[in-house]
Amino acid sequence: MTRYLLKRLAAMIPMLIGITVISFLVIHIAPGSPADLLVQMNPKASPEAKARLRAYYGLDKPLYIQYLFWLKQIAVLDFGYSFTPDGRRVTDKIRERLPVTISINVLSLLLILVIALPVGVLSSVYQRSLFDKFSTVFVFLGFAWPSFWLALLLMMLFGVTLGWLPISGLKSYNHDNLSAMAQIIDYGRHLILPILVSAFGGMAGMSRYVRSSMLEVIRQDYIRTARAKGLSELRVMYRHALRNALLPVITLLGLSVPGLIGGSVIFETIFAIPGMGQLFWQSAMSRDYPVIMGMLVIGAILTLIGNILADISYAIADPRIRVA
Amino acid sequence: MLTPYAEFWYRFKKDRLAVAGSIIVISLFMVSFLAPFIAPYDPVAIDARHVLMPPSLTHWFGTDDLGRDVFSRIVFGARISLKVGFFSVGISVLIGILIGALAGYYGSLIDSIIMRFVDTMLCFPTFFLIIALIALFEPSIWIIMIVIGATNWMGVARLVRAEFLSLKQREFVLAARTAGAGDLRIIFSHILPNALAPVLVYATLGIAAAILIESSLSFLGIGVQPPTPSWGNILTVGKDNIEIAWWLSLFPGLAILITVLGYNLLGEGIRDALDPRLR
Repeated sequence: MTRYLLKRLAAMIPMLIGITVISFLVIHIAPGSPADLLVQMNPKASPEAKARLRAYYGLDKPLYIQYLFWLKQIAVLDFGYSFTPDGRRVTDKIRERLPVTISINVLSLLLILVIALPVGVLSSVYQRSLFDKFSTVFVFLGFAWPSFWLALLLMMLFGVTLGWLPISGLKSYNHDNLSAMAQIIDYGRHLILPILVSAFGGMAGMSRYVRSSMLEVIRQDYIRTARAKGLSELRVMYRHALRNALLPVITLLGLSVPGLIGGSVIFETIFAIPGMGQLFWQSAMSRDYPVIMGMLVIGAILTLIGNILADISYAIADPRIRVA
Repeated sequence: MLTPYAEFWYRFKKDRLAVAGSIIVISLFMVSFLAPFIAPYDPVAIDARHVLMPPSLTHWFGTDDLGRDVFSRIVFGARISLKVGFFSVGISVLIGILIGALAGYYGSLIDSIIMRFVDTMLCFPTFFLIIALIALFEPSIWIIMIVIGATNWMGVARLVRAEFLSLKQREFVLAARTAGAGDLRIIFSHILPNALAPVLVYATLGIAAAILIESSLSFLGIGVQPPTPSWGNILTVGKDNIEIAWWLSLFPGLAILITVLGYNLLGEGIRDALDPRLR
């Protein structure tokens, strides 16, 4: 197990370097240099001041020197300072946004599992039943439904027409005066719609995946053996088939991380939630290069961590992986 | 004995969902080409006297905040989605085929370097990459199509590589090489045609994904810019008037839903008809 773990971690290193190279290039292939932008914000800046700025940010050096300089910085988790007037550290800005986005994503992953596992399993066990057909329709709609449109419709229904749920922000104006219990409920009410929106597409994908994975397993010889032994159908399905069918789901969970982080841009912008997605959107709109680069790197590293966690859980659940 | 082509048709025609998908896609093509004849109004004509009118017999889907006819805007919006879908998928399929073929055909070191690069690209939240790239350039429909294409080729590359890895071992490749065919000839005229079927399925599903991305970007305001109508930017107006004009939020979303559904059904239908075992 330790060997497997070390091997996986070693394989991460070239990918980490690749992540930094791509994040750096994305910013630097764009027309216009960051110094021009700083000058734009202060039109009175003289050419000398501009040259000073370029030197200050190291922009007068060749590209690969700039990259190495940046890499040296981020190796100690220093992503520099934001270009926005507050001029705060990029790491601070990202750190205060991470918990919101990660909690929403974890909760929506849980929601995906809670809904998709039973749906997928039942529609495979009762293949071609009415329930299976019904859930297939749900899956097709789920794949095709634009998440931002779902957000809009839910806002219209629950926020405007029924007035049951708030449609913007993370807490109410009077949040600080509420009791601890009421504060939690307040957060909950604000989070219901965003979590629903971010989980919706994943539910469809996951239940489809569980269904086909189950159907695959049900055809295997050991299921026929289990039935031939005279085990009850319930025991065959849940003890022999389900356990094996669920293994690949672990990998799928790991693979869904980048989609969830990217998707956070959409629901955080729509519901005005102060998370990573909103910060990324704001930084991109104001061309805040250090924050954009920092978030590209951190977003990709989160994915990498998700994949590694999935691999490790898979190896724990399935000994065949460790040996091979 | 049926030819593979006839066999494909036979299975495809029996699949009701696939037929429904084809009908949707064909209708979309017709709407796009015949847009000026279908739309009752000029999609960009402002009419200050009929602002935010609810659906009626004169304006089937109502009007927007500038008095433009929503039905006409949706009809013309079909052109944008068609264009974005096909061009961006064209770009991603091209990149994916080149990179996948290179990795799969040459194998060894080239393969491992390329596949590491693909894995690294897959680590990035695609939407982050897309927004960063579009924000750095000026948003225009060409930039959008190029950026969507340039960030969504990894699936095609993996698919093509896997096909090449198995196909290059086959006898017909050996036969071609014995006959003196060069690498380029073997890659493009011997192996590639045999690897295209799964790419076709992937591309059809990719069109649906590209349309979803474009409408999200237009909704957020960095996609297709008004006054050019796109389903996404009509929905932006819907969000701004969410409390008074439900029709602005309903109809464009339905158009996206039906379109994406159509391409998805078609793609899955093609896949099932190509390989019925996957069902």
